[in-house]
Amino acid sequence: MMNVSDAIRNRIGSIIASDRVVLFMKGTPQAPQCGFSASVIQILDRFLPSYTTFDALGDPEIREGIKAYSSWPTIPQLYIDGEFIGGCDIVQEMFASGELEKTLRGETPASAD
Amino acid sequence: MIPAGERPAWIETTLREHFEPEHLEVQDESHLHRGHPGAAAGGGHFRVTLVSPRFVGHARLARHRMVYDALGDAMKADIHALSVRAFTPEEWEQESA
Repeated sequence: MMNVSDAIRNRIGSIIASDRVVLFMKGTPQAPQCGFSASVIQILDRFLPSYTTFDALGDPEIREGIKAYSSWPTIPQLYIDGEFIGGCDIVQEMFASGELEKTLRGETPASAD
Repeated sequence: MIPAGERPAWIETTLREHFEPEHLEVQDESHLHRGHPGAAAGGGHFRVTLVSPRFVGHARLARHRMVYDALGDAMKADIHALSVRAFTPEEWEQESA
């Protein structure tokens, strides 16, 4: 994975720290630009009245930087309580198993690793 | 870049080399995403189901990372989106029971 400058790393860190639940996505919740981002939004909307999203399409620095930061090659990427959760597949699996709801309630630690 | 028609076979060969899977399915879903911005850049959409003893002892996040690592630079250009289902042989038996 490519290296990320400290400046970008700090920017990403402060975005992640800005809310309990942060989704890096393509587009906005009202107008997602990718089916995978849309799926994650649909799931989060069931549980959360509000959360933070960041449109990576509008910010090339973050769009590339977040991939290196999370060691994850695709977007969307979900963070809960500062921990990287995963992309669309993982969010869907965790939703189906009930694990996501527990993590969002803070009942189980966010880290899956 | 790998020619679009050869990508599913390339993904299959690469994953076989890395994981010696007991079961492997690669589906090309690129046709479902024509006209969408990522597809316009030329990258394909694929769905992979992979069953390998290599996944034993690795959590979900780690398994996905293992698959992404195996596919390497192709994740940047040839593969725009990849759905991964990664099972151990034991999990797969329960899944398909």
